[in-house]
Amino acid sequence: MRTFSYHRVSDVDVALAALRQPETQAIAGGTELVNWLKEGIEAPARLVDITGLPLAGVESTPDGLRIGALARMSDVAAHPVVRDRYPVLAQSLLRAASAQLRNMATIGGNLLQRTRCPYFRADTALPCNKRVPGSGCAARHGDTSAQAIFGWSEHCVATHPSDLAVALAALDATIVVRGEAGERRIPATEFHRLPGDEPERHTELRAGELITAVEVPAESGAEHSHYLKVRERVSYEFAVVSAAAVVQLSGTTITGARLALGGVAHRPWRLGGAEQAVVGLSVSDRPALLAAVAADFGDARPLPGNEYKITLAQRAAVRALQAA
Amino acid sequence: MTTGLTRPDGPAKLTGTAHYAADADTSDALAAALVTTTVPNGRLTALHTADAEAAPGVVRVLTRADLPPLGELSTPPLGFPVPPLLEDTVHHEGEPIAVVLAETWEQARHAATLVRAEYADVTPAVPFGQAEDVVPHGGLVFGETDESKGDVTAGLAAADVSVTATYTTADRHHSPIEPHATLARWDGDQLVLHSSVQSVLFAQAALAALFGVPPENVRVFCPFVGGGFGCKGFVWPHIPLAAAAARVTGRPVKLVLTRAQMFTLAGHQPATRQTVSLGATSDGRLTALRHTSSNASAQLGDYCENTPHGSTWMYASPAIETSTRIQRLHRPGPTPMRSPHEGPGMFALESAMDELAHELGMDPVELRLRNEPEVDPLTGEPFSSRKLVECLREGARRFGWSERNPEIGSMRDGHELIGWGMAAATMDSPRSPSSARLRIDHTGHVVVETGMQEIGTGLPAMVQAVAAETLGCPPEDVAVRHGDSDFPPHTGTFGSMSTMGLGSAVRAAAESALEKLGAEPGDPLAGALAEAGLTELESEGRWSPEGGGMTRGRTGGYSIHTYGSIFVEVRVDPDLGLLRMSRAVGVYAGGRILNPLAARSQMIGGITWGYGQAVLEQSVFEPNLGRFLSKNLAGYIVPVNADIGEIDVSFVDDDDRVASAIGAKGIGELGAVGVSAAIANAVFHATGRRVRDLPIRIHHLLP
Amino acid sequence: MSNHVAVTVRVNGVDREIEVDPRATLTETLRDRLGLTGTKKGCDRGECGACTVLVNGRRVLSCMTLAVTAHGAEVTTVEGLSSGGELHPVQRAFLENDAFQCGFCTPGQVMSAVACIAEGHATSDDEIREWMSGNICRCAAYPQIVASVAKAAAELGGAAR
Repeated sequence: MRTFSYHRVSDVDVALAALRQPETQAIAGGTELVNWLKEGIEAPARLVDITGLPLAGVESTPDGLRIGALARMSDVAAHPVVRDRYPVLAQSLLRAASAQLRNMATIGGNLLQRTRCPYFRADTALPCNKRVPGSGCAARHGDTSAQAIFGWSEHCVATHPSDLAVALAALDATIVVRGEAGERRIPATEFHRLPGDEPERHTELRAGELITAVEVPAESGAEHSHYLKVRERVSYEFAVVSAAAVVQLSGTTITGARLALGGVAHRPWRLGGAEQAVVGLSVSDRPALLAAVAADFGDARPLPGNEYKITLAQRAAVRALQAA
Repeated sequence: MTTGLTRPDGPAKLTGTAHYAADADTSDALAAALVTTTVPNGRLTALHTADAEAAPGVVRVLTRADLPPLGELSTPPLGFPVPPLLEDTVHHEGEPIAVVLAETWEQARHAATLVRAEYADVTPAVPFGQAEDVVPHGGLVFGETDESKGDVTAGLAAADVSVTATYTTADRHHSPIEPHATLARWDGDQLVLHSSVQSVLFAQAALAALFGVPPENVRVFCPFVGGGFGCKGFVWPHIPLAAAAARVTGRPVKLVLTRAQMFTLAGHQPATRQTVSLGATSDGRLTALRHTSSNASAQLGDYCENTPHGSTWMYASPAIETSTRIQRLHRPGPTPMRSPHEGPGMFALESAMDELAHELGMDPVELRLRNEPEVDPLTGEPFSSRKLVECLREGARRFGWSERNPEIGSMRDGHELIGWGMAAATMDSPRSPSSARLRIDHTGHVVVETGMQEIGTGLPAMVQAVAAETLGCPPEDVAVRHGDSDFPPHTGTFGSMSTMGLGSAVRAAAESALEKLGAEPGDPLAGALAEAGLTELESEGRWSPEGGGMTRGRTGGYSIHTYGSIFVEVRVDPDLGLLRMSRAVGVYAGGRILNPLAARSQMIGGITWGYGQAVLEQSVFEPNLGRFLSKNLAGYIVPVNADIGEIDVSFVDDDDRVASAIGAKGIGELGAVGVSAAIANAVFHATGRRVRDLPIRIHHLLP
Repeated sequence: MSNHVAVTVRVNGVDREIEVDPRATLTETLRDRLGLTGTKKGCDRGECGACTVLVNGRRVLSCMTLAVTAHGAEVTTVEGLSSGGELHPVQRAFLENDAFQCGFCTPGQVMSAVACIAEGHATSDDEIREWMSGNICRCAAYPQIVASVAKAAAELGGAAR
């Protein structure tokens, strides 16, 4: 870890000015950045501690929920409104990491987590275009078991690891960011980038910008919602595959649904076709639901070694719908 | 709650005052950071250290040429037979090539990233399974590579029913929570080492030989080991490297392996491929048993995972044939890991027994009962004690096995299929010498000193119990001091041997003290000393198995092993491929149990290790890069609290005075044996899927 | 070092003023600078929980906390838990239930358990299993840890501390 200078800020504009300096990184909860520093994934010259910024509140308004970027995962999960009215959100937070990490990690930092691809995370730099652009993708023809089945490119086959992002995608949430030019609002479904030929650009956040808040619209109707996380270990593990479902029901008939998958692409994968196809189906009609979901996997391109993810993701989506 | 002695070392561990190697005072020490190879083979052609040397805080960067000359030593005691820094030929990825010494850890770690190496003649690493099987040689071959009795081919031909199947187990890493740590300090020709090792004796002997000084010049401290499970048994290159660096710089050096380095520099359990053939008559009596094995090994050392070992004494077959081979690959050196040999081996044998029971339409417990041998089936020698039948019957009773419907998939709860499976367990009983010194002061207070290091198995409590029992005094009157090579030697805290050797030695020391005092057990010690006109009494006790050195289980005309049965209930969500163990019952025969509280903990730990082997643990060896892919605890997953449900542990009465003077045998490794087979057998019962490859992952269970 | 940063931290009730390398984690600072070696470094990557301490009353991983970011904070380590030679009820429950073996993860387990109870996450065995899953015990004393946390929680009055 190269040495760096350390600066605390308590004002957003001061923070943004500091972040415009070259080789500067923001640190909040530290649970990701400190890992990057230790592995040499990032080597900033300056670190700006933004935990003093007034961005940690959680507000419930008639328009919905506004979660400050610096709110800790544990605090958001325990917020009474989140717990009662947005189960998918609370579940996605509580099924992530561990109690200690959730006490540290912030909402903004969670969304900026980078892939858990083992090639990217290695103790020394392996061929990885996300880590060293142009160095290749050792995962493409290597161990693909944890890699993407949607939206990958020859340059990168990684998935994004955030559970929260999947829930936010299913909630049609918005990521609010601020930079020199003012505020921008990015749909949660578009915040993470598919790799294309620029896998080193992980998200739509631009250099010098900060996430300030996440907004969840009230009309997301999240009372019937569920986050299903499939993993080998019962706890404290990233998802193999996950599914977030938000459902509107009339009796047992689905009248509306939003479905997002995690662990299958470098962005929460919304199943728009399936969302329409399940309308009118009974939530207990598993074969029909499975057929509707499977029909929306036309774009899936499994890699040799992760074909199982197609079956798994389809079933996880159906299970999440039924549990919502 | 199980009763027994709470640990005398407990308060220190619970308040953070128990001292582990990295806790030694390092205020004047240099911090060391290793630079390691990034290729699996070829040659190191150049090392550029100037940038690192110029980095802030750096005192020295040592390469091979900077090291003092070191003596030659074999494996064991070495874990991997190479000098501590590489000279030319690369044996594996992650091999030390330089060590950076700086004033602080932050400085050393950064400077280590500035060392650049050049390599030549690097070729793709050959994966396990694609190299030639060869017969291993040397000190890392435990037991015979080939054993046989009778005619297996004829036995299989004569069988009414036979099964043959191939099973695989994965590369696994010990992953103790404490990384290897060594603090080395020279004072003239005297070396003091604080090192996280499972044997201060091995470390002392190895360092003395390497540096050409008498053993008494090397003092090794290790009162507490933060978990070892085998990876701290032998002397790995970083230990002499820390000592060499301290020698060269004239300053104490502290070298703590990073978690990533723990994946290449302290051994692992190698992947195995095993084939088992069983033949039986229609009433379930074995006619033949063949168990062959091959494991991934390194370029050097020939570490052999002798997986068929247990198959040579487990069942009464008239014909038995085993063989074990290795493949020499460009990988880090493997080493024994809880549980070695029988751990992976009994997965294969006990899975095959379940397959045979299914083919016969026979209850799997009954099949095992029908093949219980009177004497060791390979040698014809008597068992010192063998209570497998009792373990099987008691396990079945405690589990409620008689309620089992043998039909596949017959139990369901919501999304989940429930399966019940079982396996038998065994471990060899190697034994080794040990010794202890006992002192009684005029107040009757007893101190026992021994070179043993406490690794979590509860040895201080055991020593306390044996001394108190022999002397007839309250256990709280006995204090135990340990983990110093100046104390009477104990071979090592590995191989489930410590209780037998050390317990017997402590008993001998206590008996000798009573004899010197002319006292009977239970006589007040202060009074006995006063009567003898003494203010202090010292006695020593030694114990060793027949022959005086380390032995394996078949010794002195006896066949000495431990036994157990494990019954598990699994829940499989076939939709999502999820496998969980909802309950487990383990019943064990491991000699006399000296401390039921600690013994129960040991078996719970072992069963959890078995769960890890069965369901979670796998180090992926990346063939294109020739390295273990994920050198961290997010990529190599071990069980967490939420994975482990109800575990019922009990022991049958057993008292083996052949194995040790105190009737005890070793149990540390036994609990981890058989669990993976029981889980795989339960998965078959739940789903009809026979998974022969560990770990059993989601993709195995998705239809 | 020129870029060292002055940090004031209250550790186990005592104010400590130190200059730290901004790269130093709270784990290393507690151990190497303040001599509090009860806090252990296991994985150094937030993957094992051995380094768990309380910062401002909340359990966090000290290996993922840069010491500079703890400026002004109140830190409690395992050394600060018991007072006057008396074990804390959590420590006592761990001892009686044999909820540790090698002892290396134990300080982290104990700190995590204290917080788990204070958070109100110790109301059932299943809840304890989940909320104690951030602390890996490779010796695997998990059932005993669950029993200890339940016992200490009962003694401490559930969420009360």
